[in-house]
Amino acid sequence: MDGDTAGLTSAPMEAPEIDSSTLRELVAQLRDESSQLREEWVERIKTAHLLSVMTDDEIFSEVTAVYDNYVDALETGSVESLQAYARDLSERIIRRGVETHEVLGIVLLLRDVLARSLFRRYQGDPELLSRVLDSYEPAANRIAVTVGVSFVEERERIIREQQAAIRELSTPVLQVRDRLLILPIIGVLDTQRARQLTEQLLSAIQANRAKVVVIDITGVVTIDLTVANNLVQTVKASRLMGATAIVTGLSSSIAQTLVDLGVDVSMIRSVGDLQGGLEEAERLLERTVVDPDEPLGDAALQG
Amino acid sequence: MAVPILKQGDYLIATIQSALSDSGVLKLRDDLAERVGRFRSRGIIIDVAALDVIDSFVARSLRTIALTARLRGARTVIVGIQPDVAVAMVQFQLDLAPLETALDLEEALALLDQRNHVAAQR
Repeated sequence: MDGDTAGLTSAPMEAPEIDSSTLRELVAQLRDESSQLREEWVERIKTAHLLSVMTDDEIFSEVTAVYDNYVDALETGSVESLQAYARDLSERIIRRGVETHEVLGIVLLLRDVLARSLFRRYQGDPELLSRVLDSYEPAANRIAVTVGVSFVEERERIIREQQAAIRELSTPVLQVRDRLLILPIIGVLDTQRARQLTEQLLSAIQANRAKVVVIDITGVVTIDLTVANNLVQTVKASRLMGATAIVTGLSSSIAQTLVDLGVDVSMIRSVGDLQGGLEEAERLLERTVVDPDEPLGDAALQG
Repeated sequence: MAVPILKQGDYLIATIQSALSDSGVLKLRDDLAERVGRFRSRGIIIDVAALDVIDSFVARSLRTIALTARLRGARTVIVGIQPDVAVAMVQFQLDLAPLETALDLEEALALLDQRNHVAAQR
């Protein structure tokens, strides 16, 4: 590990031709000893208890591929194919629960294994060893960074995808009966989601000609000022669209929060639980549907 | 452009078809107040579905019209506020109170019928 800083700082000073000839020799050597070094690497991965979710065969095949890619990257100095492979590998292993520290650990282990082999080979000639390390270390560090970054980027991409999926799934607007909608809200409400909910609800009110909307927030654990105001705005906007909003399932802590935050709750019509909210909604609907002239109205259908 | 006002039974229906100018608002207010008296109307429905924006001027104008009409004995219901318009109004804290709102013409007619029915019973 002491060699890292020396390698990073001295690398730019090296003349490129020395680099390339030493590097060629180095790569040839790593190819010659590949099977032996790979086994050493696998051994160390197992000793360190990394990749415990994968079988030995899987580890071996991935190790072979990573090793070849690694040596190729050392030889050409181009990390693009390694990067592509690392992305592909990450996509496969992230879903199986492989952690960031494992991936970084494996790459660093390979770096160490290769460095050890260089030490063994050139230990008789400290000056040559130093030159070899000078060209090896920056390349190896760059590879380690590339693989680590690829893994993290892939992980973030998957997280973004999942967030989008959750957003789409999590905001259903359900019609329970004629003119009555339910909006069950589950999970964490952030500003963006709250705004999306408002839009969906208002469109649904227009599309379904809803008279009463029950917004159930039993599944919401905490609420902040922005989201609370957003909820109030949703209720007011529903009113402007001609629908009455009933909020149900306010937990005691959320109710407390709303009052503490000084949110204007005077115009929120609130009922303890969803059942009570639906009963209240039915009452409101019965009061509004008093249209004896309409032959196929609600009353006729129910009666 | 003048806002057309239709008479439907006891009610007047005004459909705003383009953005209102200052003079347009005043004319609408005067027309409605005059017709409420002439037809002895019990309610006014103002349809704003064609408006992309309801700013503080329009909101205040609608309130003025409603208060004027109420003094002449008619209730006012605003219908057809679009979802995004509703969100914008709430965000800018534009309140239409004491005006009543309904989703569309049919709802507004039912609402007015119900109000008058309740009033007649008392």
